[in-house]
Amino acid sequence: MTDSPKARTRREFLGRASTGAALLALAPGVRLVELVAAKGDDQPASALQRWGLLVDVNRCASGCDACVSACVEEHGLTGNDRPESDAQWIRKVDLVDKQSGHELSLPVMCQHCENPPCVDVCPTGASFRRADGIVLVDKHICIGCRYCMMACPYKARSFIHEDVSGQKTHSPRGKGTVEGCTLCVHRIDRDQQPACVVACTGQGHGALVFGDLNERTGPLAGALQAAPNRQLRSDLGLNTGVRYRGL
Amino acid sequence: MAEVYPGVPTVHSSPARWLLAVLAVMLLALSGAQADVARPQIPPARGEQCVEPIEIMRRDHFEFLRHQRDQAMHLGVRALRHSLAGCIDCHASRDAQGQFLPVTAQGQFCQGCHAYTAVKIDCFSCHASVPESLASHAP
Repeated sequence: MTDSPKARTRREFLGRASTGAALLALAPGVRLVELVAAKGDDQPASALQRWGLLVDVNRCASGCDACVSACVEEHGLTGNDRPESDAQWIRKVDLVDKQSGHELSLPVMCQHCENPPCVDVCPTGASFRRADGIVLVDKHICIGCRYCMMACPYKARSFIHEDVSGQKTHSPRGKGTVEGCTLCVHRIDRDQQPACVVACTGQGHGALVFGDLNERTGPLAGALQAAPNRQLRSDLGLNTGVRYRGL
Repeated sequence: MAEVYPGVPTVHSSPARWLLAVLAVMLLALSGAQADVARPQIPPARGEQCVEPIEIMRRDHFEFLRHQRDQAMHLGVRALRHSLAGCIDCHASRDAQGQFLPVTAQGQFCQGCHAYTAVKIDCFSCHASVPESLASHAP
């Protein structure tokens, strides 16, 4: 059977309809609010959540790289002063409209796609999407083939070419494996916000809003409802978890 | 033609000779191990008791670690008993200056036994080999 967009849409509809039916069938007294609360670190990730980010490009300051520095610090992304090959999980991209001269600055990282091309091409299953939408690399089974790096339209992954030392306990990384933004999964599992979001808020910019895309209340839901947002390369139909406003 | 050693009965049938050779090697290994190779001296741990009895940990620690690794990586369940970070928290020892020594350093908790058993450890090409911070692990 071909996987046409129409077929996928129908399947999604049926999937959501059955989820809705399951929620309605809950015993009386069980509050739905509990289902969308963040999980504790003793609970498995659930498909009831889909973690995502909103990047407000109008608030993102040109020349500020607090999110990048916070990411480097949080994950111990030491390099070898070789920008071409050093790991980079978030990068700041500056855009200039040639016609008007209008400038934009925005961070680009793993977009945590619902249909991630990196997962499609991975020959070992190392590249995977967690139930709550976070796209990760299981470095235990990554063979370093780098197909995922070629497949990713956002250039979001890095390969570690050289021996690494001084890793952080919560962020293992080593030679011969591919890595990328984990959305600070170790922090999310402990009900904390990603390091880049905390840094951006700390700078007073508030250009990054983290939350559950499935939720209808809360800061992310409010921000998404307040103004239109878009996905990078939405033509690819990847349904990214990272959205951009003001682009 | 096989050489004939004084005092050793000559065995002509090939399987029997092979069996005898294996037995001799095993005997040598058993007697030699205790005489020539010192058993590893494991540095004392910080906690009062390990998460499992010592005999079980010695044999099955990697089974525990591998199971928990999949749970943590793919499901995000982190609050489990058998975490590698937990091993390192208790078993990393300090040098004279109070700095943690990597568990992969010669004679330290992981490396001491793994050198003795000639099993290469691959965990620490990615994982941290010292506890997360000095401050959070006061003695």
